[in-house]
Amino acid sequence: MPPSRSKGGGSTLALSPHPNPSPPGMGFRKPKLGVCMTDLFSKFDPLIEQRRALLSTGVTDPFNLVMEKVVSPTVALCNGRETILLGTYNYMGMTFDPDVIEAGKQALDDFGSGTTGSRVLNGTYAGHRAVEEALKEFYAMDHAMVFSTGYQANLGIISTIAGKGDYIVLDIDSHASIWDGCKMGDAEVVPFKHNDIEAMDKRLGRIPEGAGKLVILEGVYSMLGDIAPLKEMIAVAKKHGAMVLVDEAHSMGFIGPNGRGVAEDQGCLDDVDFVIGTFSKSVGTVGGFCVSNHPKFEIMRLVCRPYVFTASLPPSVVATACTSIRKLMHAGNKRAHLWENSKILHKGLREAGFQLGTEEPQSAIIAVIMPDLERGAMMWEALLHEGLYVNLARPPATPANMTLLRCSLCAEHSAEQVRTILGMFTRAGKAVGIIA
Amino acid sequence: MDRAATADKIAALIEPFNKKGIEITDASTFAGDLEFDSLTVMDFVAAIEDEFDIIITMNQQAEIESYGQLIDAVVKLQG
Repeated sequence: MPPSRSKGGGSTLALSPHPNPSPPGMGFRKPKLGVCMTDLFSKFDPLIEQRRALLSTGVTDPFNLVMEKVVSPTVALCNGRETILLGTYNYMGMTFDPDVIEAGKQALDDFGSGTTGSRVLNGTYAGHRAVEEALKEFYAMDHAMVFSTGYQANLGIISTIAGKGDYIVLDIDSHASIWDGCKMGDAEVVPFKHNDIEAMDKRLGRIPEGAGKLVILEGVYSMLGDIAPLKEMIAVAKKHGAMVLVDEAHSMGFIGPNGRGVAEDQGCLDDVDFVIGTFSKSVGTVGGFCVSNHPKFEIMRLVCRPYVFTASLPPSVVATACTSIRKLMHAGNKRAHLWENSKILHKGLREAGFQLGTEEPQSAIIAVIMPDLERGAMMWEALLHEGLYVNLARPPATPANMTLLRCSLCAEHSAEQVRTILGMFTRAGKAVGIIA
Repeated sequence: MDRAATADKIAALIEPFNKKGIEITDASTFAGDLEFDSLTVMDFVAAIEDEFDIIITMNQQAEIESYGQLIDAVVKLQG
C-alpha cells in the first residue's frame, strides 16, 4: 500500500518533470530490441511508454509548447499563430502593467541583475524588505517572509514547523509542494477526503494527546477550481487545538473584499496561523511567501532551510512584485470584471454541453472534464489550432484520475475574447466529438 | 480485539474494494495482486480507520505492502 508514492507524491503538477514511479510489484519488464538496460531510470518506463503512445497518434506534445512572443497578458504567439492565453494563472493581468514594468527596469539599473546570495547573508536588498512590507499591508498581518518560489514557501514553512512526532492533517487533493513539505519535515501525515469536514474532524480527534497538530488547507484547489469551506474547517481545527496553514495561491488579489483570499471572503482569516501565497499568479512574477501573526514568526528566517540555503530573488523581481501587490490593493474594478468573465465562460461552456469541474463558478479556474487522456490531448490540440491555449492536466496531478482542460481567466480578457473562446471550444469540441 | 476478530472485520471491509473478486491471502499485495490505485487505498484506509477508530498515517501505510501486514498493523494500532 504505497500511497505516499501514488496519491501523496502523486499530487504533482501536471508538468512535473518527476513522474510517478510505477507501483512496486507491477512486474517484469521486457528487454527492448536487443538492448537490455535496467538502471535507475527503469522506473520511468511506463511513463515513457505512455508518452510514446500518445505522441505516436501524431498529436502535438502538450507538455512542450513554446511561446515565441508574448503580446499581452492574454495573447501570445505559438507556432507562429496568435493565441489567446487561457491557462496562465495570470489572474489579474499584472505582467504587462506599465508601473510594474517600470519598477523592474529601475531595479535592474539600480541594483543589478541578481543578488548572488542568501537572504540571511548578502541577499537582502532594500527591495526584499519593501516587498515584505507590502505583503504585511496587503494582508494586515504582522510578519511576512518571502521565498524564491511558491513551492519553496510551502516546502520551507511546512517542513520547519511540523517535524518528527508532530501530526499533519491535510486534504488529499493538496498541491505537490505541500506533500513534499510534509515528507521533508518527517511529520506523521494524515490525509482526509477532499473538503470532507467530518473526515477531518474524526482524524484530528484520534491524534494522540499532547502531539503537535497542523491542519493544511487550500483556499482554491487548482485542478477543479473549487473552494474549501474554510470557515467550518478552521473552526473544527481550532476545536482540536491545531494550528492552521492555508495556501491561498489561487485566490490572492481576486477573492475576498481586499483580495486576501478565500479565508478573508468567509470571514475567518484571523483564525489562520499561516497564509502561504505566490507571486507567480495574480502578482505576475515569481516568488513565494508566508504571512503570519505568530509572535515568534521571525525565527523562521534562521531555521527554515529552503529560505536560508538558496539565493534570494533578483532585485527586478521583488520590485515588480512590490509594485504589483500595492496596485492589487486597489483593484476592485478588475476583480469585478474577472468574476464576470468567469461566470460568462462557465455558463457558456455548460450550455455548449461540456462537463465542468464545478456546478457554479467558484474561482477564476474553470476545469473542463475530458473523457480520457487521448481525447483530452486531441481537444487540447484542436483548441491550439483554433488559437487558444489551455492547460492539459492529467493523472496523477488530477483528482479521481481525471483528464482536464483547465482554463484560468484573466481580468484583462475582454468580453469579446471570452465570446471568441466559447466559439473556439464549441468548434473544437464538435470536431473531436466531446460534445454533440 | 485479537488477530482473528480483526481479520474478520477487515475481510468484510475489503470486499467492496475487491472489485475483481481476487482471492485474498495474507501474502496478497495491495499494489500488485489487488491492483489498488491511490484513490482506492485512500477510501479503504478511511473505512478501516473509522471501523477501528484508529489513524493509519501515510508514514505507516508506506510500510504496509501485504494484506497480512495490514492486519498486523491494525491489531497493533488498537493497542
